[in-house]
Amino acid sequence: MNLLNTILIFAFAFLAVFGEAAFPGVRHLLGAQVDLLPAIMVYAALNANLATIALLAIFGGLWFDALSVNPLGITILPLFTAGFVIFSQRDLILRGISFAQMVLGAAASAVVPALTVLLLLTAGKEPLLGWGSLWQWLVMTAGGAVATPVIFALFAWCNHALGYQPRKETSFRSDREILRGRN
Amino acid sequence: MFKQKHYLALGAVTLAALLIFSLPPRATERLKLAVGSLFLPLFGLAHNAEQLPVAAADAAMSRRELLQLTENLRRENDQLKVVALQADATARENDQLRSALGWQRQVPWKLKLASVITRDPANWWRTIEIDLGSRDGISTNLPVLTAEGLVGRVSSVGLTRSQVVLLGDPNCKASALVENPAHDMGIISASGPLDNSLVELTYLSSSANLKPGQSVITSGLGGVFPPGIPIGLVAEEARPVEFGLYTEARVKLAANLGALEQVWVLFK
Repeated sequence: MNLLNTILIFAFAFLAVFGEAAFPGVRHLLGAQVDLLPAIMVYAALNANLATIALLAIFGGLWFDALSVNPLGITILPLFTAGFVIFSQRDLILRGISFAQMVLGAAASAVVPALTVLLLLTAGKEPLLGWGSLWQWLVMTAGGAVATPVIFALFAWCNHALGYQPRKETSFRSDREILRGRN
Repeated sequence: MFKQKHYLALGAVTLAALLIFSLPPRATERLKLAVGSLFLPLFGLAHNAEQLPVAAADAAMSRRELLQLTENLRRENDQLKVVALQADATARENDQLRSALGWQRQVPWKLKLASVITRDPANWWRTIEIDLGSRDGISTNLPVLTAEGLVGRVSSVGLTRSQVVLLGDPNCKASALVENPAHDMGIISASGPLDNSLVELTYLSSSANLKPGQSVITSGLGGVFPPGIPIGLVAEEARPVEFGLYTEARVKLAANLGALEQVWVLFK
């Protein structure tokens, strides 16, 4: 875990929220917009410390709600819940396996919108819900499942491209050096 | 199971969420606009990137095509001038009749063009943001429309951008009138979350005789939307609701809410 990874997590979250608001292509195609924040939260929960997870939930939630009609701050708790649960069990999770990443991405992408809607209803708001919402929920879950391994690969690539690489060991050993010439 | 720092983090996030959530509405609104304005440079970049292919296509257009286009526009302009003359005459006649009857004079619409910047990232709301704000004279509840018909109303206003709640969102209701002999009236309200081209026309009288294809316009009741703005066409016959207490029908919106790029804000 390093500073670069933390910066990348926040940069990706910011760009993800922007992309969801600015490019409605997926919404036109499938009838629902895929939320990438839960997938990024899965990555953070498996690779970052608790402070980063908490800050991602706060800032990610604020960014999302600022571009939405959602009451400001309502997405923070669902995001943090998803991140916190994964973080508390992360020693038992095979984080390098794509299938595990997909399952976690699907679970987080299903839980976060469901909890958000629940909080909205609890707060007395009237979100647009109906039978079609089930389809939207499925699209968000499947989208999150597909996006999570991609996000893991993207982070790995960025870390590799931008971070310091460990120096490779050489086979040269000074104590085994054959010195030529007469002594 | 959990360490002390886990409880601390959980407590800190819950506290932060509760603190933000319990801010007064005015402070929340300001904070929301401040946080949202962080995205403005990116929206500018995205807009410029979208314009690049258009500019490239314009540059690649031949002179002959441009001349043809200009000629078509000139013809259309001439036709519209004649229509405008007719409309002027009708408006004058309308004014004379209104003054003869002692009715209030109709104020002509003042429109301002706005570009759509974003859509709500959440699937459970139907809103857009436009690039006009209080600096441009925008205030809440101003009607928003396209050349095809009504789109929605301004729900909140920032300095340089505003949020528009679209027809079909639970927070945007409009009093509507069906252009049939009975002039049936109802309320346009939310339909399903998937198809944004359909809305529900509800609270129609139980004797309402709606036929598919009849046009629906704003009635002017409620004070938000002026009368006569096209909303759409009746998509199906009215069906009884609540044991026949009232009826409702679906309306296909005239404006394509899925492909909004530019909209008109109507000043009263």
